[in-house]
Amino acid sequence: MPSPDSLRSRLLAAFPNAQVDVTDLTGTQDHFQAVVIASAFDGKSRIEQHKLVYAALGELMNGDIHALALTTRAPDPDVR
Amino acid sequence: MSDQARARIEELVTNHKVMLFMKGSKQIPACGFSNAVVQILKKEAVPFEAFNILADPEVRQGLKEYSSWPTYPQLYIGGKFVGGCDIVTELHQSGELAKELALAGIK
Repeated sequence: MPSPDSLRSRLLAAFPNAQVDVTDLTGTQDHFQAVVIASAFDGKSRIEQHKLVYAALGELMNGDIHALALTTRAPDPDVR
Repeated sequence: MSDQARARIEELVTNHKVMLFMKGSKQIPACGFSNAVVQILKKEAVPFEAFNILADPEVRQGLKEYSSWPTYPQLYIGGKFVGGCDIVTELHQSGELAKELALAGIK
């Protein structure tokens, strides 16, 4: 079962310089919540943003992760 | 995905303007995320069709590939993939879901 830290590392590897927060919602390492704020999302629709995250998590989405509540956005241009 | 699975999915998303693929039924959702989308569609007060993917392994696997989306629920409006629970929730809160429904001629 993946830990929040391992998910976070994986997301940071895919989105360098992103702000990534991962929470284990149930303490069972299979229901997670993730917030990813990455410049790679700039100009992309929500669906495209979530697809990028799913791609970064790869095979974990097909088994180890049962649920992932996901919030994604590009960084606020004013504070970039 | 088999041709048969693709044909069945295309028929479902074409024949129903608001098509929700979910775990369990409208009446008895089997997952909190699926239930959340059912409740949103009820609040939007639109008729919708629900398909229980737990009862149909062919559609359950095929739709993941068809939508390029690994999780359920999945919502289709006017034949177009709209998103999963998180996106539908955001769209509902921002009012964009109501606009999508209007564009598809449902509201």
